[in-house]
This record gives sequence, structure tokens and C-alpha cells, in this order.
Amino acid sequence: MTATINSKSVLVVVEPDANGFSPTNLKVMGAVARLREFIGLQVDLLVVGKDCAAVTATAARIPSIRQVLVADGASGEHQLAETLAPWIANLARDYDYVLMAATTFGKNLLPRIAALMDIQPITDVVAIVSASVFQRPIYAGSALVSVTTAQPITLLSIRASSFAAVQLGDAVAPITEIVPPKMQVMSRFISQQQVRTDRPELTSARVVISGGRGLQSSENFGLLYQLADKLGAAVGASRAAVDAGFVANDMQVGQTGKVVAPELYIAVGLSGAVQHLAGMSDSHIVVAINKDPDAPIFDVADYGLVADLFDAVPELIELL
Amino acid sequence: MKILVAIKRVVDPGVRVHPLADGSGMDIAQAKMVMNPFCEIAVEQAIRVKEQMFSSEGVASEIVVVSIGAPVVQEQLRSALALGADRAIHIATESVLEPLAIAKVLHALIQQEQPQLVLLGKQSIDGDHNQTGQMLAALCDYPQGTFASRIECNADEVLVTRELDGGLQTLALRLPAVITTDLRLNQPRFPTMPNIIKARQKPLQLIPLAELALDVQPRLQTLAIESPTLRKKGIKVSSVAELVGKLRQEAKVL
Repeated sequence: MTATINSKSVLVVVEPDANGFSPTNLKVMGAVARLREFIGLQVDLLVVGKDCAAVTATAARIPSIRQVLVADGASGEHQLAETLAPWIANLARDYDYVLMAATTFGKNLLPRIAALMDIQPITDVVAIVSASVFQRPIYAGSALVSVTTAQPITLLSIRASSFAAVQLGDAVAPITEIVPPKMQVMSRFISQQQVRTDRPELTSARVVISGGRGLQSSENFGLLYQLADKLGAAVGASRAAVDAGFVANDMQVGQTGKVVAPELYIAVGLSGAVQHLAGMSDSHIVVAINKDPDAPIFDVADYGLVADLFDAVPELIELL
Repeated sequence: MKILVAIKRVVDPGVRVHPLADGSGMDIAQAKMVMNPFCEIAVEQAIRVKEQMFSSEGVASEIVVVSIGAPVVQEQLRSALALGADRAIHIATESVLEPLAIAKVLHALIQQEQPQLVLLGKQSIDGDHNQTGQMLAALCDYPQGTFASRIECNADEVLVTRELDGGLQTLALRLPAVITTDLRLNQPRFPTMPNIIKARQKPLQLIPLAELALDVQPRLQTLAIESPTLRKKGIKVSSVAELVGKLRQEAKVL
């Protein structure tokens, strides 16, 4: 799989989700498109899983790719890192770049692949400055560091919220079946509790409403759901609200939770700790509703309303 | 059961830090330093596994805590000893190592110590890499349970519940295994005064990094460290009606 002269080869590991093809993959392809502004690229996608025909068919509609490599078999069913890493590390040796999303899927898998290849990866990339310079946040986004590397293969994980999604096209790229990884015995899948919701997914929603400790209880989050229903929004939470047990952990927005960048972010009863700002400060418009006029969230809000949320949110629902 | 816990000294998460004016690093020389919060959770979990293995199966465990860095990391090692670790190892170096290099150092130590369970925080709150545990598991050829919110240890297997973007996943890992801890795994305890005093007597072994003869050269070059573009502070509105008006007419997001 040598690239043609003057072009580099890229392997993108496709992330599956409960519904099949994760929209996050289109953001990773947005990062590939950015890389292409600096250098010619031959791009292969890798799909691994069990019964992954639907994911493969969607992946093949991504524009400007050379082919989709598919390994369909029982060994890939739960995408266990112990199974996938040695196998992907072997495939990756033929490429110049390997990219994955910086989701829990990619965070779990990419470093394991990298160590087997003796490569130091660059994780959570938020900007591609050139073909060899990448920017990533440190200290909860208090600083951005630009790094470069002379390693033979560049391994990157991409922060999806920082890149524009590419659109699926009508043309279908060639699909090449390859031999799935070998089963291993050191780890076994036991169970998965998938959160199913009719609401938009946090990281891809146009509007996100997040609640903090000010909501005071799990029941009071119902207010935010009512508002979310009006706006077609996803609902998130601060770490404080998650720690207090008001909502599940997968709703956490921040340094150690999800990173979102919606068109409209409404922060309700949430103080705005640095760790939280790390997860939402790229939002287009930020609204803060808090009764404490000195809450740091007001420093990053386009529109701030100093008010008791239990008065303001019902009124807002009424007016929309 | 022998449990190895790797810990890192970081700037206190409550301190706001900024890049130095010349972009060469962060302005942290005067900052308060603490044990990385995720590493505290790893130490606490080691203590809980030890307590549980003793009370339910009468098995004695040993907790070995390790940190890599300048002599000051011994402060955090002593904290871990005060919390309940049995002995400490300080891998001494003045260099700042990248995650791959740290994984290599810990791998070398694991070959000497042969622990059954290796616990690390899922990420450090300074570098925010989220790599070391996964890389260490790869180098050791051990299974990995990343972002753990629940751990149940048996004689030869550990059940780990992992926090994923879309829910929870439970895996069974054959021992020895590497586990990285997430926030909800436990609530770390505070050390007691008698234990802080006792910790001064616990063994702390010093190993110069050079003695391990590993390739720990940096693979990445930092070109610049800068402040992110700050959001402009907006305006305060006086009513919900005004807010809705602004969102509709000015921001055009409704």
C-alpha cells in the first residue's frame, strides 16, 4: 500500500456506535480534509466488527477515499483493545498517518496501538497547523501547545468538536475485505449498558443545555428536559451535578467528560469551573443563567441573566 | 496480592495557570503542587482492594507506590504512604518524560516487582494525554480496564466497569492487569495524623532513571505554548424576555 509519489497514506480507524456509524467519524474526516490542504493523501478507512455491513456501506460514501478495509468477524465484536491493537499496529506500519477520534473508543485504543509500534502519539488534536504541526490543549484548555514529531508514522487522535464534518456523497468507494484479528484470552466482554435516548447526542447537538449544582436534585433536571424539548436540545451537566448524583456520568461536559461546541450553549445553575469551561468554550453562543452575579460562567457568556433558575427557566419555556 | 500504583505530582487543580510570556512553558514555579486527583483515586482503590481481600479471603496484600521525577515527588509518595501504601519507589530524574517513556519505565519496574494489579489515574490534569495506562498495558502484554468506575477483584480475574461516551461497559480481565481510574470509582480518604507520622518510617527506595538503561528520549518537539483565544465577555440581560429577544434578533440562534 505504498502511496504514489508526493502523497502520503492515511489510515482512519472507523468508530462504530450503538446506531451503527458514529457521526464522529465525519468530523475525523474533516481533520483529514484539513491535512489534505498541506499534502496529497491516499486515505483508507478501517472498519472492524461483527456484522458491520451497514457501517461499511456508510463509510464507503465518504468522499475522496481510496478504499474501505473491512474485517468482519466475531473477534472484533466488542472492539476490545487487547484484540485490535496488535492487529492494527501491524496494518498501520504501511501508512504515514493513523487517525482516530479522541472519544472513549479512540482514547482506549490508540495509545495501546502506539506503544506496540514504539510511537509517541499526539492525542486530542484541536488544530492541524501543517502536515507535521499539531495543536492540542493542556491544563484543561488553559493553554494550547503546538507540537511536531520526526517519528516515521504520525498517530493522531482528533477532538471531533474542533473540526467540521464532511458530507456523505453518492459515490461508493471500493470495499476490500481483510482477515479479522485473532481472538485473545486476556480480556472478555461481559455486558454493556447503552444509554438510549430520543434526544440529540451531546457532542453533535445544535443546542446544548447544561445544569450544575444549582439544580439541587435529579428531579429538578426535569425542568431542563422540558426546555430541551422546546429547543430540540441535548442535556449536559457539570461535574458537580454528576458527582452529586443528579444525573449520569455520560452527561458530563468538561475536561474529563465530553467536549461540545454547539451553536447555542445554555448553562443553568452552573458556576463555570475551569474544568467545565474546557468542555464548552468553543460553543458559538453561550447563555448563562445563575443567581450569583460573580459566577465565572458570566465571564465567558455572550448573554448573562442573573436570576433564580427556578423562576427563569419556566418563564423561558413559556416564551419559546 | 501485590498492587502497584503509579502517581504523578501536578499543579493543584484549583489553581489557574497560564503560559509563560515567552511561550517556553507554563508559569507554575510558585504554584501549589498536589497528587494528581485521578492518582489519588487509584491509591484509594488499592487500599480498598487490600482491605477487601483481607476481610473476605484473609489474603494479605502489599501496595507499592511509584512516582517518576525530581526529589520533590517524594512529597506525594509520602502522602500515598500516609494513606495506606506499604512502600514507595522514586525513579529519580530531572527530565520531563513523555507518556511512552513513562510506560517504558513502569514496564521495567513491573518486570522487577511482578504485581498482580497495576492501578493508574486515567489522565493527569496537566498534560491531559490519557495514554500512560494503555501504553503500559501494551508493553506488558496485560489486559487494560480504562476509565474504571467499578472494580471487583477475584483470585485470578478482575471485573471492571468502564465509563464510555454512551454508557457503561463491563469487562473481565485476566490478572495481572492494568486499570486506569475514573472520577466516580471512589471518594479518596484523608490521611490521619498518626498515619502521616508512621509514613515517615515506611521504606522509600530511590532508583536513578539512568540505572534502568531505557530509551526515554522525547519523540515530540514543543514549538510553542500559548493561551487560547479567550471568549469575549458578553452582556448581562435584565429579563428572560430580553434574553429571548437577543437570541432571536441579535444572535439568530433561535
